[in-house]
Amino acid sequence: MYFCTDFTDTIICSKMQRKTLVRLLSVLLFIVSFSAVAQHGMDVKEIAPGPEGNKTKKEEIKEFINHHLLDSHDFNLFGSTDELTGETKHYGFPLPVILWDGGLHTFMSSEFHHNNGVVVSNGNQYTLYHEKIYRTDAEGTINYDEKHHPTNVRPLDFSITKSVVMMLLTSLLLLWLFHSLSKSYAKNGRLPRGIGRFFEPIVLYIRDDIAIANIGEKKYKKYLPFLLTTFFFIWFLNMFGLTPLGVNVTGNIAVTTALAVIVFLITTFTGTKDYWKHIFDPLGDGMPWVGKILIYIILVPIEILGLFIKPFALLIRLYANMTAGHVVLMSLIGLIFIFKSWIGGPLSFGLSFAISLIELLVALLQAYIFTMLAALYFGFASETHAEHEAHEGEVQHL
Amino acid sequence: MEKLINDFSFGLFFWQIIIFVLLLLLLRKFAWKPILNAVNEREEGIKTALDSAEKAKLEMQNLQADNEKLLQEARAEREAMMKEAREIKTKMIADAKEEAKAEGDKMVASAQAAIESEKKSAIAELKQQVASLSLEIAEKVVKHELSDSDKQMKLVNEMLGDAKLN
Repeated sequence: MYFCTDFTDTIICSKMQRKTLVRLLSVLLFIVSFSAVAQHGMDVKEIAPGPEGNKTKKEEIKEFINHHLLDSHDFNLFGSTDELTGETKHYGFPLPVILWDGGLHTFMSSEFHHNNGVVVSNGNQYTLYHEKIYRTDAEGTINYDEKHHPTNVRPLDFSITKSVVMMLLTSLLLLWLFHSLSKSYAKNGRLPRGIGRFFEPIVLYIRDDIAIANIGEKKYKKYLPFLLTTFFFIWFLNMFGLTPLGVNVTGNIAVTTALAVIVFLITTFTGTKDYWKHIFDPLGDGMPWVGKILIYIILVPIEILGLFIKPFALLIRLYANMTAGHVVLMSLIGLIFIFKSWIGGPLSFGLSFAISLIELLVALLQAYIFTMLAALYFGFASETHAEHEAHEGEVQHL
Repeated sequence: MEKLINDFSFGLFFWQIIIFVLLLLLLRKFAWKPILNAVNEREEGIKTALDSAEKAKLEMQNLQADNEKLLQEARAEREAMMKEAREIKTKMIADAKEEAKAEGDKMVASAQAAIESEKKSAIAELKQQVASLSLEIAEKVVKHELSDSDKQMKLVNEMLGDAKLN
């Protein structure tokens, strides 16, 4: 699923024309996202109506997928269901739960599995429902409204969830990886060693073809650490999402929102005078003020809206792509259990294998696009008038 | 949209911001700056190496040009020297020839002079001998002629006859 507003599309397109590679990538992205949508649509159809006999299995799979997409308070590695009793055993480890509900409440998530799922902490009772923590009574009752949404009070949940653990692990991995790369230069006479040989060209690519190409030779240095961190953070988390660990960190709206908020803040606070002038006075001296007022009534709100749409598109694009990928992949794997035949099994396997390969590409592509667009927005924000003029000329040239 | 808002976990957002900002700061300090500095240094190094290589190449070319020039000069000098030598040689030969010719001429001249004087002295001697010889002959003839008086008279007459003719 590739969300892209018209506004961002035009920006991307005007900038992207410069590089054939980039254009190629965007075409690829379009194809990939299209196929993802198609696959997704098919699966939903397959699962939803279906013959009566398989309904429980299908619902089970659907529930499993939905559950997988959510963040979790336990770190489940795998689970097994007893065919006779229907009990599911999960293997993994519990994670700390931190709640703010008039005071600080901390306990391990394993406590949710005892005592009817109710945890008593500092005089309040809490229970876990669809991976969300609600305040409840001693029996763990949950009240629902007419849409079957719980109406219980939700405390502020600062738990170290599965996603947080994965982010911490990824951060440690990144730190170790790139710190060792940075140290290998001194040891190895200005050349990277080991895995750094693989990552150094990527770092250089981001510097040369994302940062310098979009921001410019003068100002790219200020933004480069952010771009590099974002790229590798998203890429690594995307890749972890494809492992059987089943973590869907970048497919989590809160994570992508946080990244987009940071992009927005950086764009806003590093914006030059020309950037703001472009938003509030886009036509400049090209028109008498009488004419401008009429146009600006429409134009300025659009420009201001654009400020928020840009990071919003970023967060939705990453979230939707990763979520869609996981849904498609898990649905295809789920089909194996629905078909249970010699034809359907290998077919689903083959399909899910193919989608896995595409997902590997998407993992990289989404990290690239996020970084690329962030760099593009930083480029707009830091552009001064003279550079802008020069740039316009360049575009017209092509 | 409602599902999205419902899925939004503030706790995760909070941790993400904290972890990400921390990661950014740590990576910037311990990874990106050293890496980019090292890469920049390396690129500068490569650039200077290339520049110096270019410079060395230019120097090489200059040196080669110099060498070429020197070689050409040397060649020209050699040429000039050889030309000079050849000239000297021809001149020497010419001089020698001239000298030899002059000497020869002189020798021929002196030889001729000697021959001439020899000839003259030979002629003079010959004249003298011819004269004395003729005197002797004449004496003998006269002695023979003047042995009788008739013949003396006849001679006197003849001589008188010659004298009249003179």
